Amino acid sequence: MRIMTSIVAGAAVLMALTSAHAAETADTFKAAYEKAEAANKKAGELRNQWTTTAAALKAAKKAADEGNFDVATSQAKHAEALANASIAQTEREDKLWQNAVIR
Amino acid sequence: MASTIRVRAIAGADTTEVQALVQHPMDSGFVKDSKGNLIPPHHIETVQFETGGKTVFTALWGPAVSKDPFIKFAFKGGKKGDDLKITWIDNKGATDTTTAKIM
Amino acid sequence: MMRGFALLVALGMLAGSQLARAETAATSPEQDFKAFRKYFTDKFPKVQLDDFANGPYSMNEGLRKQWIEKEVFPPYDFALDKGKELFEKPFKNGKTFADCFENKGIGVRQNYPYFDEKTNEVITLEVAVNQCLEKNGEKPYNYMKDDMAAVTAYMAFTSRGKPFDIKIPKDNPKALEAYQKGKQYFYQRRGQFNFSCASCHVQAPGEHIRAEILAPALGIMNALPIYRSEWGGMGTTSRRLTSCNSQVRGVPLKPQDPEYRDVEYYLSYMANGIPISGPGARP
Repeated sequence: MRIMTSIVAGAAVLMALTSAHAAETADTFKAAYEKAEAANKKAGELRNQWTTTAAALKAAKKAADEGNFDVATSQAKHAEALANASIAQTEREDKLWQNAVIR
Repeated sequence: MASTIRVRAIAGADTTEVQALVQHPMDSGFVKDSKGNLIPPHHIETVQFETGGKTVFTALWGPAVSKDPFIKFAFKGGKKGDDLKITWIDNKGATDTTTAKIM
Repeated sequence: MMRGFALLVALGMLAGSQLARAETAATSPEQDFKAFRKYFTDKFPKVQLDDFANGPYSMNEGLRKQWIEKEVFPPYDFALDKGKELFEKPFKNGKTFADCFENKGIGVRQNYPYFDEKTNEVITLEVAVNQCLEKNGEKPYNYMKDDMAAVTAYMAFTSRGKPFDIKIPKDNPKALEAYQKGKQYFYQRRGQFNFSCASCHVQAPGEHIRAEILAPALGIMNALPIYRSEWGGMGTTSRRLTSCNSQVRGVPLKPQDPEYRDVEYYLSYMANGIPISGPGARP
């Protein structure tokens, strides 16, 4: 729950920041998108991708196709944050799962 | 081809209890397929139960009834060994009928 | 002052590592079995052991009444008829499913999954069905529903009442590894909702999640494949596991992925002695 709140808060801040700065371009979007894809790929190797990461990547692509690079870039950064959270979850849970085993 | 209607009718002291399961897609016409196209309406509109030359139960179904509907009701009268005839007609004019003995 | 503090930190770290060491010592399947069984029978003292195979119906009287009524004409009836038809129909080469399975495939559901010591993989009933099809030059079924659900429904039906009899070959480290991986999968949190299978089926059986009543993990494999009203149709173990993943916002693995087979192996072993109740009907 705390993690979800911090992600939502982080994304909100990110979105506010991007609209306050100079407009994003196709290049800055591409960079952000590739970073997000790479993180999601790593999450895939760990076999714990989130559906919301895929949705954010899809939304980023769609916004970029429509030429809306501000939204596209913020969505891509949101996707990267989600992907990183899913990686962190796997790294945590690889150790923590044992605490839940019925003894 | 097996009947689409499974029925069991049990005669009691004054009433006969009937249970029936009907195989039918019961498409409402509001649902879209994976490609985004509307699945056309295809559902039962009338179900009729007859015994001793009389209709003892009529059901008017439609798009709100879900797939493979199950129906249970009781009617006054009916005795062991009597025939109970069930017929359904759907919105395409297709029909099926079956007759079972009251137990 | 600093030395005292350093000592305290050192002691804390030592205690921490002791705890970590105790946690990581893997328990044996037999130990797990006892603890798992005790947890659920203690939690639900009024539920008969065999009844755990009925999932949410063992947890809620109102739901059970509706289920008993529906079992006169259960929604899986049509799939069952289709399954029998498919099971008995000869392949193009003249053979049938009966030629692939022990006892002609009748009354064998309770032996699956088993660990194939030749190929070192967990073989579930669905995998065995597709192996049979491919061996006889037929196209394999999609793992999630339709023909696969129909055939496994029929095979489950012929095995109703037979208690699960899952074996973990002794002194086979690969079999034990599959079991332990299955156990890990079951307890490990995943998806954006950070749920594990245990979050619902160990922590909250009998409780509601939205409008559904959660089934206990004990006996949760016994009723598969199921007709789920939510799906408006039949679904196999694969259908259920993949949808559980997406429900917690985790991208599902491929049907019959080794991890899915491992968790099925683990859960079926935990249900040893509890009778097959499939095919089942669920809300």
